[in-house]
Amino acid sequence: MPGGPLVARVLGGALRPLVEPGFLSSGPVRTALVVGTVVAAVSAAVGVVTVVRGQGFAGHALADIGSAGGAAAVLVGAPTVWGFVAFNVAAAGVIDLVGVDRRRGRDVATGIVLGVALGLAALFLYEDAVSTTATGTAVVILFGSLFAVPTTTVPLVAALGAASALALAALWRPLLLTSVNPDLAAARGVPVRAVGGAFLAILAVAVSLSAVTIGAILSTALLIGPAATALRCTARPARAVALAAVTGVAATWVGVLVAYDSADWLGGRGLPVSFCVVAAVVAAYAVSSVAPAARRRRPPAPPGGG
Amino acid sequence: MTGAALTVEGVSVTLGGRQVLDGVTFTVAEGGFCGLIGSNGAGKTTLLRAALGLVTPDRGRITVAAGADDAPAVGYVPQKISLEPDVPLRARDLVGLGLDGHRFGFGRRSAADRQAVDDMLDAVGATSFADARVGTLSGGEQQRVMIAHALVGRPRLLLADEPLANLDLRASGEVVELLARVGADQGVAVLLSAHDMNPLLGVVDQVVYLADGRAVSGRPEEVVTTETLSALYRHPVEVIHAQGRVLVVAGPGATPDGGR
Repeated sequence: MPGGPLVARVLGGALRPLVEPGFLSSGPVRTALVVGTVVAAVSAAVGVVTVVRGQGFAGHALADIGSAGGAAAVLVGAPTVWGFVAFNVAAAGVIDLVGVDRRRGRDVATGIVLGVALGLAALFLYEDAVSTTATGTAVVILFGSLFAVPTTTVPLVAALGAASALALAALWRPLLLTSVNPDLAAARGVPVRAVGGAFLAILAVAVSLSAVTIGAILSTALLIGPAATALRCTARPARAVALAAVTGVAATWVGVLVAYDSADWLGGRGLPVSFCVVAAVVAAYAVSSVAPAARRRRPPAPPGGG
Repeated sequence: MTGAALTVEGVSVTLGGRQVLDGVTFTVAEGGFCGLIGSNGAGKTTLLRAALGLVTPDRGRITVAAGADDAPAVGYVPQKISLEPDVPLRARDLVGLGLDGHRFGFGRRSAADRQAVDDMLDAVGATSFADARVGTLSGGEQQRVMIAHALVGRPRLLLADEPLANLDLRASGEVVELLARVGADQGVAVLLSAHDMNPLLGVVDQVVYLADGRAVSGRPEEVVTTETLSALYRHPVEVIHAQGRVLVVAGPGATPDGGR
């Protein structure tokens, strides 16, 4: 692959036995790897905090809500990522305003917003199908296609990903403290409500980015899967974030590679890349279930300790 | 006694139209160990939340002695922490958050801070499970970790909300003994709420007894008497000493044909 970046050449050499010819010199593959790496790392890191805070349902709901935004963006001819972000951030705002402090109140608010958005998604996807020439819009919105991400979207995805990661880092310790007990955090002067709202916004952006990659419906897999895998393997908070990010990125690369290669294995028509990424996430989770930390309640007591 | 760690003056609080605290007045001396006694709904948690600044009184004033430098004024052990066993937070991480959990950003703790965490874990007897996830620990172990979390920043006052609830007798005795010892070592005043005063008698030097939002305060032998508590409840009650335990029961006036 003459002229390719050094990293691509080195990786291409290392992976040659596994990789079908042309993998890293293909433009869509490079875009897929860049976008997939950014998105998987951010989603996984945000996912760890989502699981710790018990907001998995909100994450899943935002993912589905985004499908209405993506479908609306196609209708007006805008990049789908804007539709995902606009609808998800708006929905996060409504959930935060309506959802009271109690978890059940929050779940009810989330459920209502989810219902409204899915209704809109049905409407917009129908309109897309009857009024635009684009084919397969519903499949791309709901299930994504990393190979179909336009290169023009890359800077936007990178900027939103970096902003989410920075915001998460800034709120890291107050988020941990609030998850232990909100009163405890409030007594130390943490603006608990504002921190919770800001996290919901971060979650909305992370889920939107995942929706671009593997589709609105499947984006929960990139949010929760790597985080759940990491939580089985380590007891340390910062390490859990790092491990989740590595797991998410690795699963994305494996998924892209398998999807690309499968075209040759299967004689022309390959497997959908979203399926391959999710399969890799699930495989990582399955492997983590045999990790020692998953079974160990605590480290062995030191000799003579009690 | 050099001064008061906590001064509560005529504090009344109304929540959702219900008067939860009604003119509560007491002080906790510096380094004192005080039990806040009352049944469920008597206003214990509201009083502690008011002292933390989480609830604003309608009337009255609460003053907390300022901590040194950037030390928090008050350490707090909440009644319940919600950590599932899979939450990646070791006991030492939670204690560390007592130093910097309110700060924004991310960062490695200094060697001095890590030493402070180790020392605090040792002081509460939590060294052997310092690297275990908090969500996997027993109730008594979690209380030890939470006490270390609350004290690691060196506050002058520790507020503990029902730390003995859900603990078996042995664990609850250990937590009381721990609070008395660490409180004395660090010179921190402790205000501990409980619905049963028995684990505290003989250890605390003061009780604040709450009933229907009203309070009486003093040494246990002054407060826990038939006369004082009957006046507090505005209803005849009887204080019975039996086999080293104290029981507060409804007095003779409680039965329709009661009376001596």
